[in-house]
Amino acid sequence: MIEVIDLVKVYPSNAGPRTILDGINMVVRPADRVGILGRNGAGKSTLVRMIAGAEAPTSGMVRRSMSVSWPLAFTGGFHGRLTGLDNLRFICRIYGSDFNAQLPFIEEFTELGSYLNEPVMSYSSGMRARLAFAVSMTIDFDCYLVDEVMAVGDESFRERCQYELFEKRKDKTLVMVSHSRGYLQANCNRFLLLRDGKIVEYADPDEAYWDYKRMLLGPKALEQRALAKAKAKDKPLLEAQTHDSDDM
Amino acid sequence: MANDLVPIGQDRRAFVRQVTVQGRVIWALVLREIMTRYGRQNIGFLWLFVEPMLFTLVIAAIWTATKTIHGSDLPIIAFALTGYSALFLWRNLPNRCFGALESNKSLLFHRQVQIPDVYWARIILEVLAGTTSFVVLGIAFWSVELLLPPEDAFQVLGGWLLLAWFAVGLALVLGGLSEKYEVIAKLWPPMTYALLPFSGTAFIADALPPDAREIVLYLPMLNCVEIIREGWFGSKMTAYYDVGYVMVFNLLLTFAGLALVRQVGKGSDQE
Repeated sequence: MIEVIDLVKVYPSNAGPRTILDGINMVVRPADRVGILGRNGAGKSTLVRMIAGAEAPTSGMVRRSMSVSWPLAFTGGFHGRLTGLDNLRFICRIYGSDFNAQLPFIEEFTELGSYLNEPVMSYSSGMRARLAFAVSMTIDFDCYLVDEVMAVGDESFRERCQYELFEKRKDKTLVMVSHSRGYLQANCNRFLLLRDGKIVEYADPDEAYWDYKRMLLGPKALEQRALAKAKAKDKPLLEAQTHDSDDM
Repeated sequence: MANDLVPIGQDRRAFVRQVTVQGRVIWALVLREIMTRYGRQNIGFLWLFVEPMLFTLVIAAIWTATKTIHGSDLPIIAFALTGYSALFLWRNLPNRCFGALESNKSLLFHRQVQIPDVYWARIILEVLAGTTSFVVLGIAFWSVELLLPPEDAFQVLGGWLLLAWFAVGLALVLGGLSEKYEVIAKLWPPMTYALLPFSGTAFIADALPPDAREIVLYLPMLNCVEIIREGWFGSKMTAYYDVGYVMVFNLLLTFAGLALVRQVGKGSDQE
């Protein structure tokens, strides 16, 4: 279980202190699959970093009684000047797992080939995502924190992620940040919206999504929703698909 | 970040586990520093020996050439080697701590990697590097009969440890301060040039007039070099030092350093 208790995060800024998270309370139980929505700069990644313990909160605390991965994100976790394999060595050392035993899986999963011997800073974001995901799979975490990374990557990477995380490890806990409604809807069973430093939980993913849309677009979102509903009556399948591709 | 893994004090096993994890992290960081600094395909490692060797040989050459002027029978290789090796420690340790956090920031994403670990890894590596260079060059000069072994190896070791302790404390203080005040990292190199003439790299305290000697002996590094040199060739010189003073100085420096490093990263963001 992960308990987030009265979590507050204030960053200094040129315009004075800025409160990003303002008293977040939440509990993540084993096998929960939590999807977090929120606009850019709402504090999603900050929240995930604090759940991971990668960053200290200004006040409040996070209590972890299960093992939690580091945040799988576009930045962080790897040293840019080290090669992919040296990063793997480092991570194996700090988590106490055996490098040689993990190597075949990493090679196969990442499909990075000789790039594994190049510095990580020369990787594209898709390549980083593959490496981050593969490395985290080699360590047996109870809970995976996924900050966007899986939404990028090509079809085949997504499929392999799907298999590793949602089939092989379907009893694991997951906390995921994404802008893609389709992705969250398909893979999560809890939906949270982060706005104005607070967190709101929705039972219905659709509700969460449209609130999120309204935040982004204002009243226009309501029209869109009505339109979507009308369309959904006619062609339900097609509509669901088009939505996946156009949310960002 | 304190609410990690297990609360300390709850159980001795938990504490042992905590220490194991931290040891593992620091060791992994040391290996990762070795990788980026000495790398696979560069010869950075070699410079660790080449630089002090050149220094020692140049000093020895000048000394020998001017023998008629000073007429001293100080064992010059031992003098230069101890002087340079000491300088290496107190000058380089703080330098290595500047920017240590910046270059390892991305690794802090792993919860068990804490900010002080990053400093400790660099400090450990640098002490190992300086000690290796000192020992290897000592053996090298001895094997070609340019250098006699120390008269009292234990005293040399003691002096070296005391000096390393001083350098560690200094590195923690300056490293911690540099995260708050960038100017520290810029000022340290000129500061080392200012301190260098007084820190025993190229003189022994006995060569100074008593009044001046008393003043420069406030520098802990000079005291340490005197201890090391007395251990190496004490029968050829009169050493001046105060072990108690250096220990008190080191202790205060270490406490201040630990406190400063603990403060690093608080109230600032990581990305």
